[in-house]
Amino acid sequence: MSAIARLPKTLPSRTYLSRTFSSSLPRKSDALFVHRDTSYNNPKIPFEFSEENLKRATEIISHYPPQYKKAAVIPLLDLGQRQNKGWTSISVMNRVAKLLEMPPMRVYEVATFYTMFNREPIGEHFVQVCTTTPCMLRGSTDILHTVCQHLGGIKPGETTKDRKFTVVEVECQGACSNAPMIVVGDDFYEDLTRETTAKILDAFAKGEKPKPGPQSGRHTSENSAGLTALTSKPYGPGQFCSPEFQ
Amino acid sequence: MLRLVSTASRPSSAGRLGKTAVPPKGRRAFASTSAKHADISLTVDGKEVTVPQGSALIQACEAAGATIPRFCYHDRLAIAGNCRMCLVEVERSPKPVASCAMPAMPGSKVWTNTPLVHEAREGVMEFLLANHPLDCPICDQGGECDLQDQSMRYGSDRSRFHEITGKRAVEDKNLGPLVKTSMNRCIQCTRCVRFANEVAGVEDLGTTGRGNDMQIGMYVEKTMNSELSGNVVDLCPVGALTSKPYAFHARPWELKNTESIDVTDAVGSNIRVDSRGVRVMRVQPRTNDDVNEEWISDKARYAYDGLTFQRLTAPLIKQGDRFVAATWEEALSAIADGLAKTGAQGDEIQAIAGHLADTESLVALKDLINCLGSDNLATDQLGGTAPPVHGVDVRSNYLFNPTIPGIEQADAILLVGTNPRHEAAVLNSRIRKSWLHTTLEVGFIGERVDTAYGYDYLGQDIKAVQEFVAGKGEFAAKFKAAKKPLIIIGSAISEHPDGASVYNQLASYVQTHKNKLLTPEWNGFSVLQRAASRSAAYDIGFVSSAKAAKTTPKFIYLLNADEVDPKSISKDAFVVYQGHHGDLGAQLADVCLPGAAYTEKSTTWVNTEGRAQLGSAAVPPPGASRDDWKIIRALSEVLNVQLPYEDVLALRDRMWEISPTLVRYDAVESTSPDVALAGLKVLVESTKKAAFKGLPFEKPIKNFYMTDPISRASVTMAQCTRAFTGDQESGISDEKGLQAAFA
Repeated sequence: MSAIARLPKTLPSRTYLSRTFSSSLPRKSDALFVHRDTSYNNPKIPFEFSEENLKRATEIISHYPPQYKKAAVIPLLDLGQRQNKGWTSISVMNRVAKLLEMPPMRVYEVATFYTMFNREPIGEHFVQVCTTTPCMLRGSTDILHTVCQHLGGIKPGETTKDRKFTVVEVECQGACSNAPMIVVGDDFYEDLTRETTAKILDAFAKGEKPKPGPQSGRHTSENSAGLTALTSKPYGPGQFCSPEFQ
Repeated sequence: MLRLVSTASRPSSAGRLGKTAVPPKGRRAFASTSAKHADISLTVDGKEVTVPQGSALIQACEAAGATIPRFCYHDRLAIAGNCRMCLVEVERSPKPVASCAMPAMPGSKVWTNTPLVHEAREGVMEFLLANHPLDCPICDQGGECDLQDQSMRYGSDRSRFHEITGKRAVEDKNLGPLVKTSMNRCIQCTRCVRFANEVAGVEDLGTTGRGNDMQIGMYVEKTMNSELSGNVVDLCPVGALTSKPYAFHARPWELKNTESIDVTDAVGSNIRVDSRGVRVMRVQPRTNDDVNEEWISDKARYAYDGLTFQRLTAPLIKQGDRFVAATWEEALSAIADGLAKTGAQGDEIQAIAGHLADTESLVALKDLINCLGSDNLATDQLGGTAPPVHGVDVRSNYLFNPTIPGIEQADAILLVGTNPRHEAAVLNSRIRKSWLHTTLEVGFIGERVDTAYGYDYLGQDIKAVQEFVAGKGEFAAKFKAAKKPLIIIGSAISEHPDGASVYNQLASYVQTHKNKLLTPEWNGFSVLQRAASRSAAYDIGFVSSAKAAKTTPKFIYLLNADEVDPKSISKDAFVVYQGHHGDLGAQLADVCLPGAAYTEKSTTWVNTEGRAQLGSAAVPPPGASRDDWKIIRALSEVLNVQLPYEDVLALRDRMWEISPTLVRYDAVESTSPDVALAGLKVLVESTKKAAFKGLPFEKPIKNFYMTDPISRASVTMAQCTRAFTGDQESGISDEKGLQAAFA
């Protein structure tokens, strides 16, 4: 009790937000893994691959033996999702099923299994905040809070009212050396602080595209304090050799 | 030998995408012919056991007499290995091994009864129960639940479950009027998914989501449209899928089990009739690898409620335009009077045998009609009054000669004017099985239908048959190259105006290719009957002579005949109907005699292969109704032509006199190739001059769920008809087209 009483109302800037141990948000499984026809997502809404994407689809299918065409289901769903404003509608799944000559249910199984297929519409910019352990230790909770607050107090999994941003929490994206990080669209934004996170979101809101990568001035994942080893000048050829070899 | 299966996946010159406009149905995985495996030996619990190479470890353990608990493993389905209940200890394996997914290895040492195994089973059980609701008292599976039984035997005796958030909750799915779902109880063994995909061929069921959120379903909202869907109820090891019509009606320990034979089609599926008191509570399949494996069709399983509606329970005599209940004595003497009054002589006395007539009563009726001096015996089908085109002198002309398990040996099948999916649903699953796992090629002539496997469509009328016989087309070439080709002629062909001509073409084709189609090991000429009584009727010669067929009958005896065309019966004819339901036949009758339904009599049924099987009475016939052959025997006394059998044994002696095959139960007597050839020769001769009109072959069964008086009286079947055959407003137009393409 006393611990709670002593908590300041506004958190000091250097403290990271803490989260209690708990499971993730309670989810109604039927909302996630059963399709319900809606005005924006039903099989009557036509979906057709664009000519360019169809060519690409043919190319992807050609990577697999003809009797294993269905192996192309994941790349094709991704292709469809990209064409369909970042989400995989039931029509996209049906189109992929038709293209690969497999029962639609087999496609639904794949699309529901992989979390990177969004089965509900998303905003223009899809913001994925990594909250796995390395990022969490480097303050991703804070970044998630910043992102959510900056976008008008939405919760992870929600889309802003202007349908510009969707925020989700994701697991490790493999950029741990540049933690904390977020992914916007296909680009990584790393080494984030509250300020740089807000700046990135503002830039996207204005329609600009900030430079992806570390936001701290680092080029990649090199030591931010400069080199600590191999600092002396590397010796050239012949140096320290006996004269006959020089 | 690997092959590129499914014409669907073969690259074509049109390009892969060019083909998607008309997607061919279904796919097959890589398949190889089953290799002959040597036997291997291993030790299970110290016992040496020998099993064929390639067996699963669980099969080896079973062979050694060790009981292995399991949920996901099923003999007739693909192996999933996801329930982990069948863990056993294998020497030099660091962890317990899932015995269903592990091939038996020669020389390995296996223990199924060690502390490690016990602990493993207890742990798995605890995980399974963590998300399983404790609703056994209100669960229909109670008493026959694998989870209940196995948790009693292998589970822990106390719970450590203290999850304050409760258990996982999953929304129930609507699979239609037959299968009730309670998805909270699901343990995700995926047996139903595998059954639907492999056996039933409706590839709509699957698993969506992942991890804790994984659930079984169709993702989109739709019902499970399969004629074999009821089998998932049997397969479900828990109470997630239960029978909707049977819901909350009875507990398994209250029921009397009677082993019997199904009559809703001509397969003769082995069933177990579960009854309580005088009511049939449910029908379950019985395992018989030679006939139905362990599946039955939904009609066989769920039409039983029709046995309680529309029944004839007392003899009825028509007075004016209404039926008046009478005593047996009155009814029988009314028939004798009617026969005398019409003055019917000789062939003017006609008997028509319907779909549900048992063999005993067919024999008695034929004897009675013959005693009355008539040869006018007809079967209840289109053109049933004329002698059948295929003749009945040689059995192989009208039977399913290669036998039902023999289908799995065929490497090319030609279906002519038949939709086995509706005419013999369980048999169709054999074709699908073979199509999935071997290099089977199927050709199809007739009205286009969804058969649950891919086929080459050759045409819809006699022209396609002629072209096939002439060897034109891709399929004809494939058929010629096949080692064990099989022609399946539908029962509707003999009813078709072009039937004689079709038989002529195909019989002469068999004659010319007899080295492959008619060998001592293989008879590739077969007729698929669809009525339970038909093979028996032909076996005993229940057909009219050519002369008798031309007479107009004045006295008509309908034995379970409910498909007769009312217009074919002349107004002044005296009609007797004997049967169990007040269906079409009874409406036409002057006197109705109440008989027993198939669950109420112990009679012989001959299936489409010619296999005689003995059904047994589960419940007594209602009211004043009697065993059918006894009614005919009693009538014979009133008509002064007393039949010479007093009891059923004497009657079966008479059947043995007619044909020993009728009482050699459970066996199929195959026709020798020489006799079969002779039969075909007669067939070709008799149909030589047959003309044809070129009408398309239509499927004889428009509504699978209603084909006989029992299923027509069934509420469940009516619900199925509404759910599956009408214009189902799913609101998903594109979806439907897509489904049709793949289903």
